[in-house]
Amino acid sequence: MFNVNSIRKDFPILSRKVNGKPLVYFDNAATSQTPQQVIDVIVDYYSNYNANIHRGVHTLSQEATDKYEAARQKIQKHFNAKHAHEIIFTSGTTHGINLVANGFASLLKKEDEIIVSALEHHSNIVPWQMLCERTGATLKVIPMNQEGELVMPEFDTLLSKNTKLVFVNHVSNALGTVNPIEYIIEKAHQVGAAVLIDGAQSCPHLKPDVQALDVDFYVASAHKMCGPTGEGMLYGKEKWLKKLPPYQGGGEMIAEVTFKKTTYADLPHKFEAGTPNICGGIAFGAAIDYMNSIGFEAIATYENELLAYATKKLLQIEGLKIYGTSKHKTSVVSFNLEGIHPYDVGTILDKMGIAVRTGHHCAQPIMDYFKIPGTVRASFAFYNTKEEIDSLIEGVKKAKMMLS
Amino acid sequence: MTIEEIQNELIDEFSMFEDWEERYQYMIDLGKDLPLIDEQYKTDNNIIKGCQSKVWVHAEMKNDKIEFTADSDAIITKGIIAILIRVFSNQSPKDIINAEMDFIDKIGLKEHLSPTRANGLVSMIKQLKMYAIAYQTQLK
Repeated sequence: MFNVNSIRKDFPILSRKVNGKPLVYFDNAATSQTPQQVIDVIVDYYSNYNANIHRGVHTLSQEATDKYEAARQKIQKHFNAKHAHEIIFTSGTTHGINLVANGFASLLKKEDEIIVSALEHHSNIVPWQMLCERTGATLKVIPMNQEGELVMPEFDTLLSKNTKLVFVNHVSNALGTVNPIEYIIEKAHQVGAAVLIDGAQSCPHLKPDVQALDVDFYVASAHKMCGPTGEGMLYGKEKWLKKLPPYQGGGEMIAEVTFKKTTYADLPHKFEAGTPNICGGIAFGAAIDYMNSIGFEAIATYENELLAYATKKLLQIEGLKIYGTSKHKTSVVSFNLEGIHPYDVGTILDKMGIAVRTGHHCAQPIMDYFKIPGTVRASFAFYNTKEEIDSLIEGVKKAKMMLS
Repeated sequence: MTIEEIQNELIDEFSMFEDWEERYQYMIDLGKDLPLIDEQYKTDNNIIKGCQSKVWVHAEMKNDKIEFTADSDAIITKGIIAILIRVFSNQSPKDIINAEMDFIDKIGLKEHLSPTRANGLVSMIKQLKMYAIAYQTQLK
């Protein structure tokens, strides 16, 4: 049974005060909070078996290696990848995207085309622009509509035999729109293009099945899923990961090194040069265990309730406009008060202990589309409550009063 | 009035308030009262970098003293720059360069002093002092 009050007890940070008020944490789309179960794993790692992994003959190294590889298997199982070696540990979503973009640099020709969406985070725009600069390939953009949804008929017209790659986020970080990635993957595959899905914002809310999706690459960050920062994963189909050249050179990623030639290690180590974030990987596995113990169906049901409640309450405030009004959304509300800068609203909310994000959310093209400098973004997690949303509503009303 | 006298005046004014709400309300009012900058000076060149909201500052030398005008698209930021302009405007470059800034702490706005804070109070102070240094060089 889903019980938010007992879940909240797992998160020590939720009982702290900010500016003398109980913390209301609504910046979950930027980073999620960490439950005691994950904190314990981190403490246990550094207290009991901190050692460098792989190739170590001593006990600690073996223990650390076992736990690290067990975490990889947890991630494999969670995303339903066919093989554990299709899971590459990264420092986060941005690293995963750059790894793939860099790999494609040697595979692309001048006439090739890459498609991204208008809803992307800068981290899913800039690496592809850099890739296009290097290869001469062209970047095309799937446009969005007023609801903050991608216009699929336009996507159909962008596809051609020249399309080599399609990159779309599963869920928009700025607006919360859930994109129709099943359709995008199917259509892209029909013209022979590979698809990378940025799952940074989807994985905290739903459980993607990479085999059912038939996606070529899927990336995620641990810190948005109750895990630590500096840790993430790239899923790649075996055939693609074998095809792509290594991203970084170093230890761990080699099979044999002479000054004449180096042969690379097998997957996944080919893409994991240097000492990885061992504790981060193990804690990522623990975070996935934790979220699964609550259950993604229960999480989605509860978060949808929070979203509906917040949307209804916020819209009752005169002069408040919500950006991103798709029927398919995760628990994110991006809004502005008429004539008031989002930064001002965020500052007043902070004084009341309420953490939201303000600004362009690293998605300037979306803000340009709506012709606004930014928004106030409240993003909810399964440990938030309706009472906290009531505090937000009070805060927004106060901000409106003070700033008008 | 000297910079120190203006700062003391501000400390006096802010000491009347009991909580953050009154302090912020006053700051917002100061922002609203800030004389508008001439539209021609609201250029990208005059934007202070390091702020989440836009802040434009224009400086002019009149009778060996610097006159600042400014604007911002966010009202709290405008209040902050209004306070700084009240302290620095119509002062000599030398006095601006040498001014201590601990009054910020004393008026209860210390939280804005962190260099990573998105409103860029530190960037604003730096920019105003940079103008003073530039004019000081001209005077020599």
